Amino acid sequence: MAGLELLSDQGYRVDGRRAGELRKIQARMGVFAQADGSAYIEQGNTKALAVVYGPHEIRGSRARALPDRALVNCQYSSATFSTGERKRRPHGDRKSCEMGLQLRQTFEAAILTQLHPRSQIDIYVQVLQADGGTYAACVNAATLAVLDAGIPMRDFVCACSAGFVDNTALADLSHVEEAAGGPQLALALLPASGQIALLEMDARLHEDHLEQVLEAAARAARDVHTLLDRVVRQHVREASILLGD
Amino acid sequence: MAMEMRLPVARKPLSESMGRDTKKHLVVPGDTITTDTGFMRGHGTYMGEEKLIASVAGSVERVNKLICVKALKTRYNGEVGDIVVGRITERRRSAEDELAMRGFLQEGDLISAEVQAVFSDGAISLHTRSLKYGKLGQGVLVQVSPSLVKRQKTHFHDLPCGASVILGSNGFVWIYPTPEHKEEDAGGFTANLEPVSLTDREVISRLRNCIVSLVTQRMMLYDTSILYCYEASLPHQIKDLLKPEIMEEVVMETRQRLLEQEG
Repeated sequence: MAGLELLSDQGYRVDGRRAGELRKIQARMGVFAQADGSAYIEQGNTKALAVVYGPHEIRGSRARALPDRALVNCQYSSATFSTGERKRRPHGDRKSCEMGLQLRQTFEAAILTQLHPRSQIDIYVQVLQADGGTYAACVNAATLAVLDAGIPMRDFVCACSAGFVDNTALADLSHVEEAAGGPQLALALLPASGQIALLEMDARLHEDHLEQVLEAAARAARDVHTLLDRVVRQHVREASILLGD
Repeated sequence: MAMEMRLPVARKPLSESMGRDTKKHLVVPGDTITTDTGFMRGHGTYMGEEKLIASVAGSVERVNKLICVKALKTRYNGEVGDIVVGRITERRRSAEDELAMRGFLQEGDLISAEVQAVFSDGAISLHTRSLKYGKLGQGVLVQVSPSLVKRQKTHFHDLPCGASVILGSNGFVWIYPTPEHKEEDAGGFTANLEPVSLTDREVISRLRNCIVSLVTQRMMLYDTSILYCYEASLPHQIKDLLKPEIMEEVVMETRQRLLEQEG
């Protein structure tokens, strides 16, 4: 087959990674002082920024307030310079709305909303550079931002994407691998209990292969959890040193 | 006109030696705190299966049988008896309300009040039924994270440097010139609109910058820490206190002085 070889005979991908290997992840919490919680994450060349405000009073119509839990409001936006071709509309287009809905679904499962009735939690995510795995980067950044804001959560939410090429499941797809057109699966996991917050795939994949791909995504999400866990512990340790007493 | 520019610099990681030796139990959400079911669960925890799991990232605090996790930054949780400072954003529009309160408190007024009751859904009811609460006149408001305001017996402090400060438990700190004489009969509803002298205004600006420095370096706010920080900042100009390196220096000195005073 002419063109780009997504998986070489020796088992190397386009960027030199192995099939189940993640890209380098770097993350920082508390990047904005003005917001209640904020975080920045880089997964390879994909860069995402998340900002959390809340819990606070419902903005707009009071009728939307839920009497027993908090409303989670997510907005996804990708910068005009984030993709190869300059994007016309940063937010408000169909993909951004869908992403916002998916993020809301994910975080409603993880945040303990019963503790803040009649309030609203806003999560804003911005993708600064999109090189594949944007949903996963957004979820990971938003998790760190929610933790930074001190909003109680059941567990971390760690996400990763996975694909399937040459009978092998690939974890953490880059843009080149996504554009090649194969099946792609996005998985958001609560690692401690192994519960799935969101599972999304919009391609054709034979059901025999589903378990293999799902397993690869779950393993990658747990690896992401190990890294994020380290970042959060370091942040908490530094802050508690400063606080003293 | 002189202009100052700064370039970004890599952050220095904090050295472990700066902190004291207390080994705190730090947890992140999803961590099991204990499998012993004898404990009562407090804030920042939830019950999952048979164990107590943390729901925020912070340090575990245990008081007898109560376990809670204190997060780094939290939204303010009202407790009865707390002093809070706030701005009136909206008020009930009813006939009795019109007759009674319009003359005293308007929308947009800044007030100090005490928490009277906390409802089950988290809503708080306040009262200003004492002469020391009420409308706040001239001064400066600083908004900080509620977790940095230390719980003390009193939150109204008259600092010896020449200004007074109200440390609201909700993170709103009000700095104002110390009133010349306590006006007992007026109560808290008339604002003092006399001009404030330059020296008083300089003291208040310096205090405000000191509080911002303490908060940036994540130190607890209470009367002693604010006072020591003020004294440590005197060699510098007021506007220099906003520069990061001077902030660090001043807070470091404050920290050392507080440590010496304790130990």
